[in-house]
Amino acid sequence: MNMVNNLKITTLFAALGLSSMLLPLAASADEFELSGKVGFEQRYFAEKGQYEQQLDHSQTSIFIEPEFYWDWNNGSDTLTFKPFYRQDEYDNERSHGDIRELSYIHASDDWELRAGIRKEFWGVTEFQHLVDVINQTDGVEDSDGEDKLGQLMLNLSLVKDWGIIDLYLLPGFRERTFVGGKSRLRGSVLVNNNNVSYQSSAEDKHLDLAIHWSQSIGNFDIGSYWFHGTNRDPILTPVTEGNKVVLNQYYNQMDQFGFDVQATIDDWLWKFETIYRTTDDDDFWATQAGFEYTFIGVFESFADVGLLVEYGWDSRGEGDENSPGANVQNDIFFGSRLAFNDMQSSEMLIGLGADLEHNSFSFLIEANRRFGESFKVSLDVRLLQSTDKKDLLYGVKDDDHLQLGVEYYF
Amino acid sequence: MLNKQIITSLFTTVALSIASYSAIATPLEKQQAEKLGLEISTQAKQRDIGWVDNTSDMLMLLRNKQGQESTREIKTKTLELLDDGDKSLTIFNKPRDVKGTSFLSFSHAVGNDDQWLYLPSLKRVKRISSRNKSGPFMGSEFSFEDLSSFELEKYSYNYLGDEQINGLDSFMVEQFPVDENSGYTKRIVWLDKVEYRVQKIDFYDRKNSLLKTLTYNDYKQYLSKYWRADSALMVNHQNGKSTELKWDNYAFKTGLSDSDFNRNTLKRAR
Repeated sequence: MNMVNNLKITTLFAALGLSSMLLPLAASADEFELSGKVGFEQRYFAEKGQYEQQLDHSQTSIFIEPEFYWDWNNGSDTLTFKPFYRQDEYDNERSHGDIRELSYIHASDDWELRAGIRKEFWGVTEFQHLVDVINQTDGVEDSDGEDKLGQLMLNLSLVKDWGIIDLYLLPGFRERTFVGGKSRLRGSVLVNNNNVSYQSSAEDKHLDLAIHWSQSIGNFDIGSYWFHGTNRDPILTPVTEGNKVVLNQYYNQMDQFGFDVQATIDDWLWKFETIYRTTDDDDFWATQAGFEYTFIGVFESFADVGLLVEYGWDSRGEGDENSPGANVQNDIFFGSRLAFNDMQSSEMLIGLGADLEHNSFSFLIEANRRFGESFKVSLDVRLLQSTDKKDLLYGVKDDDHLQLGVEYYF
Repeated sequence: MLNKQIITSLFTTVALSIASYSAIATPLEKQQAEKLGLEISTQAKQRDIGWVDNTSDMLMLLRNKQGQESTREIKTKTLELLDDGDKSLTIFNKPRDVKGTSFLSFSHAVGNDDQWLYLPSLKRVKRISSRNKSGPFMGSEFSFEDLSSFELEKYSYNYLGDEQINGLDSFMVEQFPVDENSGYTKRIVWLDKVEYRVQKIDFYDRKNSLLKTLTYNDYKQYLSKYWRADSALMVNHQNGKSTELKWDNYAFKTGLSDSDFNRNTLKRAR
């Protein structure tokens, strides 16, 4: 075991130490609950990687995510602590720990105060989460950007007749995590985690602010916000370090307006998300919109089949020599969600994403099922194709893979 | 929409008319049977008004033909609304992989309910379509419509006659769902004559063949007025599966209000 790993395990123990410090609270709490999950993940890549160092075919990892929960005063005050740790067979970057949640909530009749490390999700679409901005992406967990790092925040939530207003103070910023050299599902040039620079002189201590409003009006669920602070998306610039090229991370300051709406009309869900982001480097609009239609009880069974179509657009367009452009700028997504509604909650999701401007597509199948009372088994297939060297998918075009996950819940 | 006055006036006339019809065991005219069916159902609803709010724990035991069991542990909080359907919050504790998942519903006597689902792993609140009334709830033999609150406007009625059930003299009432998305052509409901408690329901599928039978057991009275069963058993005659429900910790008038039923409470419900 090398230094980096030791360091990470120290972090894990620090987190566990913290939980033992919190444990005495259980004595004064009305209720204490320990739950969580442990999991095993096995990936199999069909082809060898495009780049040196990369693992050949098989990648195994294990993770643990316990949740400690206390409440007092009839549930008006709660404390949740949720550490996470993953140990990867090859990638030291992917072996990582994080405090997903360490948060205190005080709930009153028409307001809530939430303090600590938390996650907040905004948005309605499925294939891209444009408006979801509070938490940094945990890029080593998976390449789909669905996993997020915990964010330190103070959040006051006010319930009014005209909607819910959330005010956020976000002290401190988390850099995005990137996989290491041995990993698959990465670009040709590695991201440097050491030489990170910021526009703000406060660097990663900048105090970010956000205000969010949400309301349900009849069939419509609407959300809108303004965010001011550090851009969660880094600008990656290639630099020569010694005899190799690496990508340096630069985080500028941004102001972002976001709006999302879902109309739920019979079996149709109509979804729309848009953002306007302004920084010193560029300003742009982006939109993700589409629908989901569900066929109930197909073929005389209890299974439901949902059809999803979404389109993504970005005013930056495709990248060229002078600008990185947008990853999703004129892309279409098709999906189908199959829910068997059986005792084991068997589900399957099939998705296809294609860039309409050049040859680039990704295809995925995600299937999962409960076994017994406490196990969940998932099987994912991801196929990635691109012939355009500028495209983000080109770097991972040989990384088609199968992923088996077994999770035990306690 | 429930109108308390109409119900109260029905209540006074119903008791008399039921007594007289029971005495004369001649076949009823169609109109009379419809009227009586509605009157009995109205009486049952009327007797269960005014509980204000309610919390309870529910255990679901799913059994398949081979006798394999699976457990669901659910907590519910319901706010009674007299001018519309109830508001309810359903919180899942088991199976473990759905722990923390919660479901908010604003039911409406007429039209689709408003429903939101909170997925704790994604920290995401999703508005969901409530059209799927006939689908199974958590893989059980109960569909969503079986578990929704009884509202008079949801059915048309027909009084079938009297029968002994669970050792109690009962009315038999046919109920025909108004909603075209219902999974049933009709239900036959047995209500005991003394307290108007549902003792048994036969469900008929869209082809009008007997699909399921639900029986309620061990009724107990709360606040000296409201009857709640300790358990219920749903048997599916077509697939051989069954689901048993066991309720615990019934509490009424706990002080719930509108502010306990919104996105925020949905996200932190335990």
